[in-house]
Amino acid sequence: MILAGKKAIWNDYQKEIADDKYYYVRSCVRQNFFPGAETTFLRIMREVLGKDVYEHPCHTSCSGIGYHSDLLPLETTMTVVARQFSLMNESGYKNLVPSCITSFGLYTEIMDTWHHFPETLEKTRKLLKEATGRTFEIPENVSHASDVFYKFRKDIAAKSKFKLINKNTGKPLKVVEHIGCHYAKMFPSKGVGGAEYPHVLVGMIEDWGGEIVDYPERRHCCGFGFRQYLVGANRGYSVTSSKKKFESMQPYQPDMIITNCPGCPMFLDKWQYTLSEMEGKVYGKDGRGIPVFTFEEVAGLMLGFDPWDIGLQVHQVGCEPILDKIGIPYDPEKKYDGPHGKKLSKPMAATFNL
Amino acid sequence: MDNLYEKLSQDIRMQEGLHACMNCGVCTAICPAAEIYNYDPRIICDTIQSKDNEEIEALLKSETIWYCGECMSCKTRCPRGNTVGLIIMALRALSQELGYFAESEKGRQQLFLKRVIGGWIVSKGYCLYLEGIGTDLYPEQGPVWDWIQENYRDVFARLGANYQGDGPGILRKIPDEAMAELNSIFKTTGAFDRFEKIERFSQKKAEQMNLTLDDTLANEYIGHIYSKTEKNHNAL
Repeated sequence: MILAGKKAIWNDYQKEIADDKYYYVRSCVRQNFFPGAETTFLRIMREVLGKDVYEHPCHTSCSGIGYHSDLLPLETTMTVVARQFSLMNESGYKNLVPSCITSFGLYTEIMDTWHHFPETLEKTRKLLKEATGRTFEIPENVSHASDVFYKFRKDIAAKSKFKLINKNTGKPLKVVEHIGCHYAKMFPSKGVGGAEYPHVLVGMIEDWGGEIVDYPERRHCCGFGFRQYLVGANRGYSVTSSKKKFESMQPYQPDMIITNCPGCPMFLDKWQYTLSEMEGKVYGKDGRGIPVFTFEEVAGLMLGFDPWDIGLQVHQVGCEPILDKIGIPYDPEKKYDGPHGKKLSKPMAATFNL
Repeated sequence: MDNLYEKLSQDIRMQEGLHACMNCGVCTAICPAAEIYNYDPRIICDTIQSKDNEEIEALLKSETIWYCGECMSCKTRCPRGNTVGLIIMALRALSQELGYFAESEKGRQQLFLKRVIGGWIVSKGYCLYLEGIGTDLYPEQGPVWDWIQENYRDVFARLGANYQGDGPGILRKIPDEAMAELNSIFKTTGAFDRFEKIERFSQKKAEQMNLTLDDTLANEYIGHIYSKTEKNHNAL
């Protein structure tokens, strides 16, 4: 009886995730900072899971960073989003998969507003028609890319060559999971596990062999804050927020951090570099940093993809200690190669070898 | 004088974000900005609920409304379902509409954001763009980012990008017809009007402050608003 009650309650924390025929919209941050993550997502979806994923060349930024920098009127962003939907409609797809958490949050916010204030939907239809001649219908399903990997996490596990397990001790790696704020803090019912028990990364990590680190500031923001990072004079906000998380997680000695938002891994990676240069402080083991990964990169690693093909060389904090711990092979001489083995320059050394 | 409460109430985000705040302060407890800045989101609700025109005008001209990071953590915690982050967005929109943003040093930063983020969206179709993000303005990006920028065509090609290419893919060139639609949306929905207001009120403020301001990012006013704060904004 009690178990049945718990199951009923847990049902409120689930969301419907489409199982095929996805329309993919890219992330401005991920394209610029973690291009290999998007390439890896599509490779896994198409080549490993055999799914139909379509990308329209004419889609643009959702305008979310402009909206949350307060540059754009709500009507502008609503109409840009409506245009994205129009492109999806003309392509014959109904299941939207944003790469970005800011975009995912924006789509859910706008669809919620349209639902509760239908006059804003009608106004958006008029504005889009006037500006572009287009019409649009709302997607049947909106799932973030991490929702989709959550849905297929066991399929990925079944095809994996590696697990999040220390090959020398046989023990699970200790993993910090960081969920982007706009995934479920605004609309808990739109995220797996809601805002209180976000399970989207936990499910992947546990099914891929890892152990979750539960630490006090687990749900604190990475500190992007839009204008708080983008303007130099405000950047103390951003680094302070990340530092608060590092200080909180450090006593638990995590092996790695995994994120589902494009911006968070950039901040959690680069602010470790900054804090090491500013304060001589490092948060990982053996004088190193805590390596930070996107969920796409980790899925690629589990499946045996070459670490340099999925883009781990673009991280400031080195990934090699984790690769060694899991037993993933890599060629250090090829880390900074260009396409087809072309030899490129190497990055300058930082003060600390994170 | 305008009734500022009525003007604010026309923004749908005010209707979504504020339902009779009981001033419990949970939003302040969870707020990342409140830890860092002299900022108390509870007081934002209090001020607006007072409907006091002078208080609201002072708020629109204040540093206070620019402290929020729009993480929306307040939404999750408020027992009344309020979202101070949405109220802040409505306040910032009205502050720019009326030109009040130029009265605070945090508000004046909107010109930098308009020229950089706004500029990238309408010229490239992306909110961020690889070639404009250097460690001169973003030093925390570090030596690996410098390496990427020095070798970006090769690095991005290796990672499967379609940099400035035709068709789909990472950092593809957005087709001209798509950019034309995006710009038409900006024109039709008021984004360019807001951009023009940000420029116009900033120009006036630059003259008052006796700082040069041209169309580039390399002038005294942009340098000032990007890198300097003269007031103490820290949490008490």
